[in-house]
Amino acid sequence: MQQQSFDALCAYLKRTSGLILDQSKQYLIESRVLPIVKREKLGGLADLVLILERGTNQALAKEVVEAMTINETYFFRDRTPFDKFRDVVLPKIISARQTERTLRVWVAAASTGQEPYSLAMILDEMSNKMPGWRVELVATDIAEPQLTKARSATYTQFEVQRGLSTAHLLRYFTQQGDSWQAIDALRSKVQFRQFNLLQDFAILGRFDVIFCRNVLIYFDVATKSDILKRMGRILAPDGALFLGASESVIGLGTDFAPDTEHRAFHTRGGIGSALGQPIKTSGIAPATPMAAKTPIAPMAPAVPGSRFATR
Amino acid sequence: MKQILVVDDSPVVRKIARRILTDMEFDVAEAEDGSEALRFCSEKMPDAILLDWDMPVMDGLEFLQAFRKLPDGKSPKVVFCTAQNHQQSIMRAMTAGADEYIMKPFDEMILRDKLEQVGLV
Repeated sequence: MQQQSFDALCAYLKRTSGLILDQSKQYLIESRVLPIVKREKLGGLADLVLILERGTNQALAKEVVEAMTINETYFFRDRTPFDKFRDVVLPKIISARQTERTLRVWVAAASTGQEPYSLAMILDEMSNKMPGWRVELVATDIAEPQLTKARSATYTQFEVQRGLSTAHLLRYFTQQGDSWQAIDALRSKVQFRQFNLLQDFAILGRFDVIFCRNVLIYFDVATKSDILKRMGRILAPDGALFLGASESVIGLGTDFAPDTEHRAFHTRGGIGSALGQPIKTSGIAPATPMAAKTPIAPMAPAVPGSRFATR
Repeated sequence: MKQILVVDDSPVVRKIARRILTDMEFDVAEAEDGSEALRFCSEKMPDAILLDWDMPVMDGLEFLQAFRKLPDGKSPKVVFCTAQNHQQSIMRAMTAGADEYIMKPFDEMILRDKLEQVGLV
């Protein structure tokens, strides 16, 4: 791959999507973009960059951006963030929001849906502690193909075995031939929408918890800081931000600080409002609903599928 | 070092499982079918069992039902690892006392993940 073409594509992606690709990501271009070059019967990466720069083929431009932002994802990835969400963050929020009884969670890089559905399973299991609550789980991603799969909630045998316990599989999925599909009760808990993190977050409303895991790594320091600053504005003062295991807010402004006790999430820095501290919720602007809020209700237990013969 | 008994009639599967599990610092023992596994467990109870379903002499489900009736057969973790991939089969295995279930084909990541889920890693 010619260095000049690689640099030109990197510059294009940074300018249009804020994506940062250094030399270590060159393999991603080789594995994800070169197949597009080949399919389009172009002479090479340089030809693709020319087309992109011309700005006349939006579909192709969108495809290239999406190809570069596909995240590896699986259910309950890294486990600890989900444990802390269930055992630390959620109980605090349940206690602090007894009057409003609303919870809004944003998954900012939903990819093919495993992360938001993992959270939906936790929320379902906690539903007996949240009677009458209105819970919204908003899941966004820049890539429409990923969102299409996420909405279908249909996964391969391999995918449902990565991170998902068999108990969860049987309770929340049904087998459809070689695939497994999440039951409607789980799917209906998540609202998916296409969203670019460079867009204005205000249209999403306010949130109590944000999961933005393994996506900041794609951005440069200035963009990361900007995203965190804007997330700080839409996160409740006592809210929690979950980043990827290898991601940190160090050197990215003072909007967030690591929660030193649990070391699994970040709280809004500098305002003395970490989880567990007394909070004042009256100043929080009401969330902007994106869809009709539905009271959380426990899902039906899995029922043996009679259409599946036993060998 | 925790001992895990791999019960599978396929030498290839046993070899692959042994390699992965040895890397994970398990002491690996092997049995070719359910009855051999039951004899093994009657003499020395392993910490965990990786169990195929379709085997000659005694299949995995029959083994599990007999195993859970052994005096010390309640506590070891049993993870099915089988090509019986139907939802109803999985339910039968879990109802019979399996702790986790791996659908073949599997890879190292899935095996590690399932063992982690039952607290062995």
